[in-house]
Amino acid sequence: MPLAYAPKVVTASDLLAGDVIYLTADDQWSRDMSAAEVITDEAHAQLRLLHAERQTSRLVGAYLADVSPGLNGPAPTHFREDFRATGPSNYAHGKQQDAQNV
Amino acid sequence: MPMASNRMRKMYKYSEFDTAFLAARNAQFRDQVERRIDGSLTEDEFKPLRLMNGLYLQLHAYMLRVAIPYGSLNGAQMRALADISERWDKGYGHFTTRQNIQYNWLALRDVPDMLDALASVGLHAIQTSGNTIRNVTSDPFAGAAADEIGDPRPVAELIRQWSTDHPEFQFLGRKFKIAVIGSKNDRAVIRAHDIGLRLVEQDGAPGFEVIIGGGLGRTPMIGKVIRDFLPRADLLPYLEAVLSVYNLLGRRDNKYKARIKITVHENGLDAIRARVEQQFALLRPGFSGVDQTLLAEIETAFAPPPLRAFSQDRFDAAYKADPVFRAWADTNLTAHKDAGHAIVTISLKAHGETPGDASAAQMRLMADLAERYGYDELRISHEQNVILPHVHRSDLPALHGALKQDGLATANIGLISDIIACPGMDYCALATARSIPIAQQIATRFDELKLEHEIGPLKIKISGCINACGHHHVGHIGILGLDRAGVENYQITLGGDGTADAAIGERAGPGFSAVEIIPAIERLVLGYLDLRDTPDETFLQAYRRLGAAPFKSALYPDLQREKAA
Repeated sequence: MPLAYAPKVVTASDLLAGDVIYLTADDQWSRDMSAAEVITDEAHAQLRLLHAERQTSRLVGAYLADVSPGLNGPAPTHFREDFRATGPSNYAHGKQQDAQNV
Repeated sequence: MPMASNRMRKMYKYSEFDTAFLAARNAQFRDQVERRIDGSLTEDEFKPLRLMNGLYLQLHAYMLRVAIPYGSLNGAQMRALADISERWDKGYGHFTTRQNIQYNWLALRDVPDMLDALASVGLHAIQTSGNTIRNVTSDPFAGAAADEIGDPRPVAELIRQWSTDHPEFQFLGRKFKIAVIGSKNDRAVIRAHDIGLRLVEQDGAPGFEVIIGGGLGRTPMIGKVIRDFLPRADLLPYLEAVLSVYNLLGRRDNKYKARIKITVHENGLDAIRARVEQQFALLRPGFSGVDQTLLAEIETAFAPPPLRAFSQDRFDAAYKADPVFRAWADTNLTAHKDAGHAIVTISLKAHGETPGDASAAQMRLMADLAERYGYDELRISHEQNVILPHVHRSDLPALHGALKQDGLATANIGLISDIIACPGMDYCALATARSIPIAQQIATRFDELKLEHEIGPLKIKISGCINACGHHHVGHIGILGLDRAGVENYQITLGGDGTADAAIGERAGPGFSAVEIIPAIERLVLGYLDLRDTPDETFLQAYRRLGAAPFKSALYPDLQREKAA
């Protein structure tokens, strides 16, 4: 039996700011992973990635990252994506600090 | 500006040529950035251009790596680094194991303005990345150390000028690192560089011991002596010969086998030496002596400061009366060539803080103190600390008092909390695990135990991936962070050494999780305290006397119990 396709989000770095961005279902780019489109179909994932990769003047290095869907939106399954979504863990001065200031 | 303006200065000042070159280079990069933003350049086209100018795209933002030539700064330059961190970053900078500073939170449009601001104080980011000759590193105590036979900085500056934008060496098979020292004691890890140079004398004539093929990373190797004695005037043609041979012979089919250490290993030192000597014979006549004239001019820029001579009574009184000052003086001072002065190492390793980070306020304070007490000289060490190389001993109590005000008086140089740590996965796109939080936790734990000074000299070095920017291979205790099936895992190496007795550490055994690694280090160090002969026997000495077995027993008590069962 084939393995189930692990849910994905499309993520990249913003060309101008360099920070982490996620593709939303309505073709916007969000800095918040919880707003990202969760993709559960492999073919659809490839199409969404191609869509992202064409936006060369908006972003750099688009790829698909594994996530686990939850009530508050997708959450990272790998620690690297966790740090990208949250910020450095040595002290709060990345996105976690921005969230505190909202 | 003519070279003559360098006379009586304590560091090299840009000539008119240097200034014009840098302005043109920055204007060129400004244009490249604009063309990337307007879509004229793709990322594939832009990436090598930005890397040549030290600009990376990291995990959270753009990062600019600024070269601090051979680790030397003056107060105005340090203050400019502080200003830049506040204007375009988050108000701090990270000093690295290559005597550079990195800014971690940049926007692409701001970088050309940053480079112009750096140029205004004689700094740049050229060749801090890419497959070219990188920022030349040196002894942070250069010009001050009691054990040096000569100041290596003029030679480092000569190499910087020769290698910057050298047309033959802009597209090497891989990056190329050169380090220069002037003493027997190695404070720049020259045996872990592609080329290490040590100033030596033979029959009263100055020259160099030349070491090649050292390096850490995936395949760590200690460099080998290719020339016991190279006359001083032969330096540039000999370097050019080594680079030429490497450029032709080095592998380009596999980036992991492209460093010169692999070229030397695969071809053999004797074969490489023969080729280098052959190439050197061809190149040498082309060096007519202009380089030596230039070196002589550069040397005038590194005249020793006019050291003052007066009473040390204030030092003696403070040393006697103030135990906090005494602990700091015992740990953070090194003998200066002038008995009335000391070399001060300012720790950027306050317990629990990020190793190598300095806030803008801290940078400004260090700049002020360098100007007030240190003849306007600062150095950055590869161990991620800041050095004031010349401070009169009578000024040390006041200096210590000022450092205390801003968290810069930690008395831990060379101790267990003076940890080298690369940025790791908290910042670096290449990392496979975090390194900074591990350093923070180790420092905090041993501060709680109040054992740091009893343990004595002990170098822990942590890398967040196999590229080994944290020099873990040459740590007495090395820690390498890896990704094992999606979980951070930390391997320990033992017995490494980055000094003149350089050695690559031996892997101790299975790795530890992020939760397990701090208790493991604690078991290891407490085990050492039980194993040492006397309180004066250091961790490394005990390891060399006893071998790995008893240290492994301390690290892996369960494995020992299983074996015994």
